[in-house]
Amino acid sequence: MLKIGIKDLAKYPFLTEAGEYLANTGLSLEQLSHPDWKPIVEKAYGRIVVASSGQIYGSDLESLDNDSELLSFIVAIILLKSAGIATLIRRFSLAEARRSERFLQQDLWASRDKKNLELPLKIIQDLFAVTVSIDNDEFVIKVPDYLQRAVHFHEKEWKLVNRRVANGFVYLSAHETVRLIRAELGEYINGKIQSVNIQSIPQGFKQRVEDLVILAKKFSDTTYVSSEYPPCVKHGIEVLEKGENLPHSGRFLLATYLLSKGQTVDQIAPLFKNAPDYNERTTKYQLEHISGSSGSGTKYQCPSCEKLRSESLCFATSDCDGIINPIQFGKKRKNK
Amino acid sequence: MNEKNTLLIESAFKEYYFNRFDLIHVPKRATEREFGYQKFNSGMTRHLVIKNDKELHLLLMKEVPSDVYCSNAYYAFPNLPMSEKDWKGADLIFDIDAKDLALPCRKDHTIFKCSSCNSSVIELQSQCSKCGSTKFETASVMCKNCISESKLEVTKLVDILTSDLNIKKDEIEVYFSGNEGFHIRVTNSDYEPLGSQERADLVDYIMFNGAIPESFGIKRQNNSKSSLPTLEEKGWRGRIAHKLFTSKSKTSKITKEIISSGYTAFQVQLEEIKKTMGVRVDPKVTMDIHRIFRLEGSINSKSGLSKIQCDNLDSFDPFSEACLLGDDNVQILADCPLQIKLKNKKFGPYKNEVVSLPKYAAVYMLCKGLGNAI
Repeated sequence: MLKIGIKDLAKYPFLTEAGEYLANTGLSLEQLSHPDWKPIVEKAYGRIVVASSGQIYGSDLESLDNDSELLSFIVAIILLKSAGIATLIRRFSLAEARRSERFLQQDLWASRDKKNLELPLKIIQDLFAVTVSIDNDEFVIKVPDYLQRAVHFHEKEWKLVNRRVANGFVYLSAHETVRLIRAELGEYINGKIQSVNIQSIPQGFKQRVEDLVILAKKFSDTTYVSSEYPPCVKHGIEVLEKGENLPHSGRFLLATYLLSKGQTVDQIAPLFKNAPDYNERTTKYQLEHISGSSGSGTKYQCPSCEKLRSESLCFATSDCDGIINPIQFGKKRKNK
Repeated sequence: MNEKNTLLIESAFKEYYFNRFDLIHVPKRATEREFGYQKFNSGMTRHLVIKNDKELHLLLMKEVPSDVYCSNAYYAFPNLPMSEKDWKGADLIFDIDAKDLALPCRKDHTIFKCSSCNSSVIELQSQCSKCGSTKFETASVMCKNCISESKLEVTKLVDILTSDLNIKKDEIEVYFSGNEGFHIRVTNSDYEPLGSQERADLVDYIMFNGAIPESFGIKRQNNSKSSLPTLEEKGWRGRIAHKLFTSKSKTSKITKEIISSGYTAFQVQLEEIKKTMGVRVDPKVTMDIHRIFRLEGSINSKSGLSKIQCDNLDSFDPFSEACLLGDDNVQILADCPLQIKLKNKKFGPYKNEVVSLPKYAAVYMLCKGLGNAI
């Protein structure tokens, strides 16, 4: 039986064991709202603020108190549920996923020490039903498990043909293994938060809940969306403007669509500013890559309606009028 | 198709469906699959459930379809409209068709038929010598080379499926398609849930599409640090190593040559390798998770030959083993400028002449549009 310690829970506070740990301490919600616990509430609030700005909350597990790491995560969830703002919950989930991703990668890295390896592999197995095994110093997963995740990445190196494949397995580095499950980890944390039930907001939390409502306002300002855009592109722009996370495939759609309509990389880049994981340099690099002005020189084309449908990014309306690619939107109508 | 032709073909098909119950079975998990069929000069009937061999035989006898299909997908409700079927998974399927292999022999067995007067010639002309029409249809007749080249593709595919993807030999079924190629079906529960996109990436792997030099150790920059795969490796890396080095003793010399030629040259080399080593399957078929695929044991109306399983691919001769229609003689007006060979008997060439042929040969010509019933 794998023993999960408080340090592990500080790294992976979304694990079911975290709840059991809390129950064992005998701490109640009311107790947590006592002024003595104010530093935890402040830490939790800080964790959400950092996440909402698209940054990853840094934890120094060597010098910090592991209890407060875990408790602040739990209090953060209570604050978020009390405020009830989906945008904040999504941003927090993604940021926390990326925070844990770092630990997962480090723990996987320590593959030579079998003891360390058990936990990250168990997390991946339990949460995402993916079995990762070790072959020498590399991580291997079954081809179908790999394909179901890697198809969401557009970079050529993720294509199966560019991976080392043998006997039904794909070989990956620690970083690649964790990268493969990033989106699912975010979804998992998001789902976990959604499932939490809060009866009433403890008095000691009320101020910070109100602060969160104010904080969320800055993500709800919408800007002009051209009516000439097809509904899938409109949807993508709206998601970004709300500060919510748009999957990579959605961002790829926006970039290729707008580039095909003659917009420049500099015109498009600001659109992604609101994304929870926005990084100016990365965004520009990726846009330049898609536009063909850097990298292999391949100019990427806007994905077809069929592909978007398969990625749940199609929001077709009657205006689409049987088009097969979003760039045809509006053209058919003009010809009528 | 004209009515007389339809009657002749239908009677031959009916006889086959009546006499060869031993060859016609529903696939495994039939109740979860969608069936469909087509009749001559009619549209497709889909969304059918056929529970067992008995129901299938009854349908074949009653409807005498020109073509019968069955889904590779499994559904909770196969008889409901597509959006309500509740897709549960699908077998992996592959289609290898000689016409997609760009073989040089194609021109030797392709017949051009004038769309207006139906006369057949073996060389494409700008206009029909009989009626002056400029429109032609093509019909391709059997060719041994096409079949052996298609078999090579099947062998390459089976190698990748078994060694790279860990699919067991007994999970792979190879069928002659009934016309000019092969159908391969894989029943492996690990691959069953894959969606269309995942299958598209899988098919790119099999075809060796989209490979980049970096994956084989050649970098765009800092080329001196490049290291190519070794002969011991598995998957495409091992295959590429074998192709490049041929033997261990040549490895170091060839590695130096490749690295000094640079990134772009290697990219070109990969493209060349793709043409010979990539398996030439039809990607659309494998990606389609809702397809209804020709049912094994049924007749292909493009030829009158049956789609049958090949137990021994090397020795398999479709022109005798898949030619299963009756052999009593019928008279037709044949216009077939090339000689064909079925069941080890030669027929033609015929220049618009009335001939008495065994039913299987007559139906073959009618299906190919190279003759008419009289």
